[in-house]
Amino acid sequence: MNDQYYISAHCSISNNIVSYNNEAVFEGTGHDIPGFLLSVYQHLGVKYPKFYKMDNLAKLGWLAAEVLLKDFDKTKYQPTDIGVVLSNAGSSLDADKRYYDSVQDIASPALFVYTLPNIVIGEICIRHHFKGENAFYIFERFNAEFISSYVSVLLETGQLQACICGWVEMTATGYKAVLFLVEKEGATPFTTENINKIYSTANG
Amino acid sequence: MDKLIADLKEQIIEQLNLQDVKPEDIGDDQSLFGDGLGLDSIDALELIVLLQQKYKVKLSNAEDGPKIFRSVRTIAEFIESNKIPNA
Repeated sequence: MNDQYYISAHCSISNNIVSYNNEAVFEGTGHDIPGFLLSVYQHLGVKYPKFYKMDNLAKLGWLAAEVLLKDFDKTKYQPTDIGVVLSNAGSSLDADKRYYDSVQDIASPALFVYTLPNIVIGEICIRHHFKGENAFYIFERFNAEFISSYVSVLLETGQLQACICGWVEMTATGYKAVLFLVEKEGATPFTTENINKIYSTANG
Repeated sequence: MDKLIADLKEQIIEQLNLQDVKPEDIGDDQSLFGDGLGLDSIDALELIVLLQQKYKVKLSNAEDGPKIFRSVRTIAEFIESNKIPNA
């Protein structure tokens, strides 16, 4: 696989632990999923009122991107040069179920807007002003080979200069986010092997 | 009217999940959208749901939306003039 691109940073959120480049930067205790996500948001110390309105999948992806990009100098690139490619197995099923329950009464528009998984990409792009190529793929399990080849093509063809990619999964009982920042410079070659290694060492 | 305005402020905060906002932060005549409270189009739909659920008041003409949802006071006036007696 192409090794001319690099993982310049990576982040994971799972099992109540937030890690940045393999280092735990926050650990929650005894929270349910919404409570844990809120504690991460509060730990980051950012003011972004829309966070409260997001569904759990969007919150998870948004928080992971927030940690992933904390040292990222996006001014190196044009907004259209930075893209986001995410994946998971359950799509937006968590929000879908909540929306289904809400339609017993009057359907909630605020819930409805999260019944697509790619909304998490929209929330990240709005926050960071990214305007590059984006896509959300559904796989039965984490697919490092696809991510590696797809993102490499986007970079090789000049559609992107940098890409945030990875896995953001939210169910009623569990969650896992592993995001990679891929650029033309960095310490870790952007290979299937390295992607899998980072994914598998993420907690949970 | 004052009681209705006070109730609306609390209900708007709860319905729209405005966790950083307190009722006293919302002026009676403050613009709810744009540079005011910063609500968006999805919030407008949630406000319509709020009026239906809490006050049994329906917005029959979407073009009236911007005028009705201009401020908490204009929403209260709309409820007062459209509520069903004893509903």
